[in-house]
Amino acid sequence: MFVKRRITVLAALAAVVPLALAACSGGSDTPAQPSGPVTLTWWHNGTTDPIKSIWEKVVADYHQAHGDVTIKAQPLQNEDFSTKVPLALQSAEPPDIYQSWGAGDLASQLTSGKVADITDFTKSWITQTTGKFGENWQVDGKQYGVPFEQHFVGFWYRKDLFQQAGITTPPKTMDELNTAVTQLKAKGIAAISVGGKDRWPDAFYFNYFAVRECSVDVLKKSVKAVKLEDPCWTKAGQDLKNFLATEPFQTGFAGTPAQQGAGSSAGLVANGKAAMELQGDWEPGTMSSLTEDKDLDSKVGWFAFPSVTGGQGDPNAVLGGGDGFACTTRASKACADFLQYLGSEPVQTQLAAQGAGLPVNTVAAKSLKTDTLRQVYDYGTKAPYLQMYFDRAFPTAVGAALNDAVANMFAGQGTPEGIVTAVNQAAAGNK
Amino acid sequence: MTTATTPVRTAAKPSAPAVTARKHRPGRRKRLELALLLGPALLLFTGFVLVPIGIAAFYSLFNWKGFGPLDDFVGFKNYADAFGGTVFQSAIVHNLIIAGLSIAVQLPLSIGLALLLNRKLRGRAVLRALVFAPYVLSEAITAVIWALMLQPNGFADRTLRGAGLGGLVHNWLADPGIVLYTMFAVITWKYIGFGIILLLAGLQGVPAELREAAALDGASAWQTTRHVVLPLLGPTIRIWIFLSVIGSLQLFDVVWIMTQGGPANASTTMATYLIDHGFKRYEFGFGSAVAVILFVICFVFALLYQRFALRRDTQGALTRMVG
Repeated sequence: MFVKRRITVLAALAAVVPLALAACSGGSDTPAQPSGPVTLTWWHNGTTDPIKSIWEKVVADYHQAHGDVTIKAQPLQNEDFSTKVPLALQSAEPPDIYQSWGAGDLASQLTSGKVADITDFTKSWITQTTGKFGENWQVDGKQYGVPFEQHFVGFWYRKDLFQQAGITTPPKTMDELNTAVTQLKAKGIAAISVGGKDRWPDAFYFNYFAVRECSVDVLKKSVKAVKLEDPCWTKAGQDLKNFLATEPFQTGFAGTPAQQGAGSSAGLVANGKAAMELQGDWEPGTMSSLTEDKDLDSKVGWFAFPSVTGGQGDPNAVLGGGDGFACTTRASKACADFLQYLGSEPVQTQLAAQGAGLPVNTVAAKSLKTDTLRQVYDYGTKAPYLQMYFDRAFPTAVGAALNDAVANMFAGQGTPEGIVTAVNQAAAGNK
Repeated sequence: MTTATTPVRTAAKPSAPAVTARKHRPGRRKRLELALLLGPALLLFTGFVLVPIGIAAFYSLFNWKGFGPLDDFVGFKNYADAFGGTVFQSAIVHNLIIAGLSIAVQLPLSIGLALLLNRKLRGRAVLRALVFAPYVLSEAITAVIWALMLQPNGFADRTLRGAGLGGLVHNWLADPGIVLYTMFAVITWKYIGFGIILLLAGLQGVPAELREAAALDGASAWQTTRHVVLPLLGPTIRIWIFLSVIGSLQLFDVVWIMTQGGPANASTTMATYLIDHGFKRYEFGFGSAVAVILFVICFVFALLYQRFALRRDTQGALTRMVG
C-alpha cells in the first residue's frame, strides 16, 4: 500500500459539515406555496436510455402544457441517491422532486421535516392511477410520494439451456427447482447466477423464503414492529442454508457484481453462461445492454419463485417494490401535479412500450413490450400480497443489516438464527 | 567624498528606524508578513480541516441518523460500539495486515527494482516509464480493470492456465480467505512505481565518489550496496514507510470498488466500514465516531513517527521558530 492522499479521512469528516450548517436552518413548517411561475428541481435516476429520453420528453411536454411550470431535471446515478438525498434534505434548498423507493427509506427521511405531506393534493386521483400500490409511499396513512413503476422479482431463465438439460417445464416447487439445478450442473452449465458482491441479490433469496414460510399476517406485523419473532423467519434462514448447500450458483458468486459487465450475474445469463437468475422485471433491459445478442428476448422466459413445502406463506405472494418520487415542502402542490402527470396514460404507456419498466397505471399494461413482461405483470398484479423487499420495507439501517447477514451466509459464514438476530439488533439500535 | 556621503546618510535616515526596529524587535514585521502570507491558508485550513474534525467529534457523541435535530446524546457509546463490534475489529486488523505487508513486501521489491533501474542498461527510460505507468491511473480505474481481470475465467485465470499454472487459479475476489491478499496485490501493482521513483530520486543523491572509494577499497558490488548505498537511502526509505503506513490505514477506493468490503467482511477496512455505516445505513453519528477513530490512529502514528523515526531526517530542514 502506498500514499493515499491524507485527504480521505478529512474528506469524510468534511462531508458532514454542510449538515451542521443546515441544521441551524431547520424547521418543519410547510411554507406557503409559491404563486406565479414556478421552477421545480427534479432528481431522478434516469441516466441511461430508454428512461433518459422518456424523462426528457416528459419535461418538454409538461412545460408545453403548463407554461408557468419549469422543470429542471437532474439525472443522478442510482447509487448517489443514498448519499445525496440525506445531505440535500438537511440543506436549505433540497430538490423539489426526488427519487424515492417508499416505505422504510421514506420514513427515515421524514424526520428531516423537508418531505411534504401531499395527501390532500393526491387523494382525488392516486387510487385510480396507482391502485393499492401507491400505499407503499404512505407513512402512517399519509401520502408522501407517488410511484410511477412497480417491480416484481422472479426467476429469469434461458429456454435454450433448460432444453439442453432436458428440463421441459419451469419448476413450480423447491424440489423441482433443485432437480433442475442438478440436471443443469450435470450438463456442465452454471445453474443459477447471483451478484453476491452487491449483497441485495443475495437478500432476494432470503426475502422470498420468508415470504413463502411466513403468513401474510406475520409478514405485515413483523415489518410494522421491525422485529422478527415468529419461528418462520428462522425457518426461512434454514431453507436458504439448505439451498446453498446444493451449490446452485456460478463459481466465485460472492465476488460477482449484479449488473456491471458481461461477467456480472445478469451478463452471464445474457451470454448463455448461466441458466437462471432471481431478479426483478428490469432484468431483460439490463441484459440487453450486456450482450450482442439481438434475439435475447425470445430466448428468455420467466417463472415465479417456487412454493416451499410446509410453508405458512401464500405460494402466490410476490416480492417486489417500485420506483416513485417524493416532494419537498417548497412547492409540493406543483410537485404533486407533476407526479399526477407521470402516472397518467401518455407517460405510463411510453414507459411500458419502451421497456422502461412495469407501469403502475393499468391502462398502460397492454403496451408492454414482450409477452414475458406481460406474464410478470399479470403475476405481480394478481398476486394476493406484495411484500416490498425487506431492505426497503425496514428502516434503512435494519435493511442493510439484513442484507449483510444474508450475504455473510452466502459467503459461508453465519446461521439462520444469525440473520434474525442481526435484524433485531439493528432495530434495537445496536451496531 | 565625505561631503558627498553625508547627504546620502541623511537621506537614509528616515528608513533607519525601521532597520533598528527590525534589529531590536525582530518579531513585529515578521509577524505581519506571516499573518499576511499564512493568514488565508490558515483560514482555509481551519475552515475546511480543523472545524470539520471538531464537528465530526461533536456528532460522534450522538445517535444521529443524518436527519432532524441532534437530540439523542449518547456520550461515548458510539466509540464503545465500534471497538466492541467484531466487524470493526477485523477492519483494524485488515488495515494493519496491509500496512505490515507493504513494509515486508513492497519495500524490498521497490528497493530491488530501483537499484536495477538505476544501472546503465538498455531501454532504461522505457522500463522506468513502464514501472511508473500504473501510478498514473486513478484508483477507480485500477480497481475496475483488476475487477474485470480477476473475475472467474477472466484474464488472470486464463493467463495462469495458459502458463500451465492452473493450480494457482483461485476465486480471487470471492474467497474470504484470499480476498485481502488480492487487494494487496492490486495496491502493490498500483503503487510500486511511485516507491521506485522515490527511491531512484534518493539514489541520485548517493555521491558517486563514495561508491568509487568503496570500490578502490576492494568492496564488492553487494558490499557497496549494503554498506554505502542503503544507509544513504535511509531518509527516503523512512519517508516511504511513513507514507505507506498512512496510506494503508486509510485504504478505501480500491476495496470499495472491487469488493465493497466483502465477501463476509473479509476485506473491510476502517474507511469502507465508515462509509458503509455512515452513508448506507444513515448512521451518521456512529460514522463520525469511526471517522474520529481513524483520524486519531493516523494522527498519533504520524506524530510518533515524526518524533522518533523522521527526527534525524528533518533536523535542520525546518526553519527555526519565530521570536
